[in-house]
Amino acid sequence: MKEELIIAGFGGQGVLSTGKILAYSGIMQDYEVCWLPSYGPEMRGGTANVTVIISDKPISSPVIQKFDTAIILNQQSMDKFESQVKPGGVLIYDTNGITRHPERKDIKIYTIDATAEAARRGNARIFNTLILGGYLKVKPIVDLENVFMGLKKSLPERAWKSLPDNEAAIRAGMEIIKEK
Amino acid sequence: MAEFEVQKTQENLVYSRTKVLTDNVMHYCPGCSHGTVHKLIAEVIDEMNMQDKTIGVSPVGCAVFAYNYLDIDWAEAAHGRAPAVATAIKRLNPDKMVFTYQGDGDLAAIGTAETIHICNRGENVAIFFVNNGIYGMTGGQMAPTTLIGMKTATCPYGRDPKLHGFPYKIGNIVSQLEGTCYVTRQSVNTPAAVRKAKKAIRKAFENSLAGKGVSFVEFVGTCNSGWKMDPVAANKWMEENMIPAYPLGDLKDI
Amino acid sequence: MKEVKLMKGNEVLAEAAIRCGADAYFGYPITPQSEVMETLMEKKPWETTGMVVLQAESELASINMVYGGACCGKKVLTSSSSPGISLMCEGLTYLAGSELPCVIINVSRGGPGLGTIQPSQGDYFQATKGGGHGDYRLIVLAPNSVQEMHDFVFDAFDLAFKYRNPVMVLSDGVIGQMMEKVVLAEQRPRWTEQEIIEKCGDWALTGKTPDRKHNIITSLELDPYAFEKFNQKLVEKYNKVRENEVRYEEFMCDDADYVIVAFGSSARIGMKTMEMAREEGIKVGLLRPITLFPFPEKPIAALAERVKGFLSVELNTGQMVEDIKLAVNGKTPVEFFGRAGGAVFSPEEVYDALKEKLIK
Repeated sequence: MKEELIIAGFGGQGVLSTGKILAYSGIMQDYEVCWLPSYGPEMRGGTANVTVIISDKPISSPVIQKFDTAIILNQQSMDKFESQVKPGGVLIYDTNGITRHPERKDIKIYTIDATAEAARRGNARIFNTLILGGYLKVKPIVDLENVFMGLKKSLPERAWKSLPDNEAAIRAGMEIIKEK
Repeated sequence: MAEFEVQKTQENLVYSRTKVLTDNVMHYCPGCSHGTVHKLIAEVIDEMNMQDKTIGVSPVGCAVFAYNYLDIDWAEAAHGRAPAVATAIKRLNPDKMVFTYQGDGDLAAIGTAETIHICNRGENVAIFFVNNGIYGMTGGQMAPTTLIGMKTATCPYGRDPKLHGFPYKIGNIVSQLEGTCYVTRQSVNTPAAVRKAKKAIRKAFENSLAGKGVSFVEFVGTCNSGWKMDPVAANKWMEENMIPAYPLGDLKDI
Repeated sequence: MKEVKLMKGNEVLAEAAIRCGADAYFGYPITPQSEVMETLMEKKPWETTGMVVLQAESELASINMVYGGACCGKKVLTSSSSPGISLMCEGLTYLAGSELPCVIINVSRGGPGLGTIQPSQGDYFQATKGGGHGDYRLIVLAPNSVQEMHDFVFDAFDLAFKYRNPVMVLSDGVIGQMMEKVVLAEQRPRWTEQEIIEKCGDWALTGKTPDRKHNIITSLELDPYAFEKFNQKLVEKYNKVRENEVRYEEFMCDDADYVIVAFGSSARIGMKTMEMAREEGIKVGLLRPITLFPFPEKPIAALAERVKGFLSVELNTGQMVEDIKLAVNGKTPVEFFGRAGGAVFSPEEVYDALKEKLIK
C-alpha cells in the first residue's frame, strides 16, 4: 500500500492540519508516513500545500511531482495541481470559489461541498475534517478507529473538547462527497 | 655593606603578594594601568576566599594574556564576545563568581552589542573595563573612546569628529539599562584612587553573588606607549585630559 | 515502552536536545528552523532537567554562549540556518581552535547572501572545509530523516566529547519542516558537577581548586614552535576521526553499473530515482555519505574500480562532487546534477539527468 497525496488551498483552511491528522492516522495503523509542507511567506494567508505519503514500506523521496490523490481547495491550486495527478488517480475539490472546474478525463473527480456543509452546521472549524471524511470514503486507506486516534493525537489536549464534532464531521464528509 | 637578612614574621609582615597572582612576569609596559587593576582583582578574589569559584573571561586586546597572571580558571574570548561567553558560564554555573575583563576596543567597539545585551539581560556578572582611549595591542590605533584632537596611528592628525565621530561614554549608556545595578568610573592613578578602585571591585563581585545584575566598573587608564609618553607624563596627561572627559564616580548604585 | 510520535524535524531536534541531557541551548530565530527554540521555550526544560534555554541577541552571541558553556565541560548546542551559520563561523574556528565539544545544527537554506528561505545544500563547503579561518575541521553529520534528526543529536554529542571537537549536524529546510514518525529515546540525566570533573576536569573551567593548576581555554599561541605543534596535534586528531568515524549507507551498489551519491534530503530523492531505474532494469545504486567530514572516500574509491560512473546529486550548484572526484581519482566518470535550492528537484528530474549524463 502506498498513497501519495497533496492537499492544497489557502492558508487558514486547515490544509496542513488535515495532512497532519491523516499522517498521524497512518502511524496508528503502523504505516510509514511523511508530511512535507510548503512554507515561508506564502503561509501567511497565501496558498499553502502539503504532501503526505503513507506507505507500508520505508518512504524514499518526500518530494514528489505526481500524486495518487489531489485535494484542491482553491482555484490557484486547481490550476497548479490538476495536471500533476497520476493517470487513474483521484482529484477531490470543494466547488466553493472554483471558477474553472477540472477537465481531465483520465482521472476520477469528486466534489465535496464542505464549505456549505460547515456553514449549514454553523461551525466553520469542521471544514477540514469534512474534507478528510470525504477523502477517506474514496480512499479508505486507514481504518476509521485509527483516524479517530490520529485526530486525537494531532490535537493539543486543550482542543480535545472538539473531538466529537470533528468525528461527526468525518462521518458526514463521507456522506456528502459525490463523484462528478 | 654588611649582609642583612630580613626576618619575615607575622609581626613585621606589612605586605605580601596575593596567592591569586601567578609568578609569571606581566607583559604590560611599565606605567600601564592593567597591572594594577589585575592585582586589585586578584586581591579581592583572595580576600573573598573565592579562588576556586571564580571564572574570568579575558578579551582580545592588551589584556588577552590576563589568564597568565591570575591563578583562576579562565576562558579567552573572541574579540568583543566576552559578555556572551560570560553569560553562558554564569547561567550554567550559578554558584561561580564570573567576570569579564575588557578594553575599550573590545567592549565599546566590536563588542558593543554583546555589552549592551549582557547589561540589558542583567546577568549576574561583573564587568571590568579598562578605558585608555586607544588600541594598545595592535599598536596605538583610534578607539571609540579616543578623545577629540588626540593623535593615534589611525588618526595621525588628531581625532576629528567630522571624520571619526565622537568619543563616547559607554558607562553612561549602560547605566541607563535596567539590568545594571552598579556602574562606576574609577582610576588607579594615585594610592587613594587605587583604594577606591579596589572597593568598587569588591562591590561588583558581591553584587554578582547577590544576584543583583551586572556591575560595570570602568577604569580610566593610561597607555604611555600608545600615547608616546613616559609613565609620569602619561599619568599627568590622563588627569588633565581623560578624567575631565570621563569623570570619575558612581553613575549608578542600587 | 517506545514513545512514537509524528513530529517535525525541527521539533524533534528540540526534543532530542532535552532527552540527551543537554545543559543549554543558545539561539537566534531564523527561518526555516525557528521551531527549534520555540519548541524548547514551550517545553520549559529548565523546570524538568535544568537545561538552560536562552534567546541571544545575535548568532554571534549565541555561538559565543556555546563557547562559554563548552568551556565548562557542559553539553551545549545551538541551531541556525545558513546566513546565521555564516555569522557563527568566527565562533566555530575559536571552538575548534580551543578544542571545545559542542553541537551546531544547520537547517540550511539557499544563499549566497540573504538567498532564500527555501531548502538548499549550498553550505557543504562551509561545513566541511571550514567557513571560519585557519586549519580546522568540524565533524559533520547529515541526517536524511526526522528519526535521524533525533538520533544524530545524541551521536553528535558523543563524537564532540570523544574528540573534543565541535560537531555540526547539517540538515536542510526539507528535513527541518518535514513530519515523520519518530521513536523518541528515554530521558538521559544531565551530567552532575562531579561527572563533569571526572570526564573533563583536566581542561574544563570547573573552578581552580588547590589540587590542580588553573585551566585556561584559549586558542592563542604566539610561540611559533608551540603553535605548529598544536596544529599538528589537531591534524592527528582529524586523521583519527577519518580513520574511525566514517559513516555511510550503500543501497544496491553490489551489482550497480551507475551510482548516485547524495546526502540528506537529496539522498531520499535519489533513492526514489534508484527505485524508478531498477523498475526499468537499469542497475543503479546509491551511496549516501552520513558523515560529510570525514568523507567516505574509501568506499567510493572501491566502487570506482567497477562502476561505469557516478552522479553526484546535490541541492546546490556542485560542491560535494569535488570530493567524489578526489576519491574516484579519474578512474571512472563523475557527473553532477543539482539545482540551486529553493526549488527542489524531483526524482524524475534526477532520473532524466542520470540518463542524459551517464547512461546515454
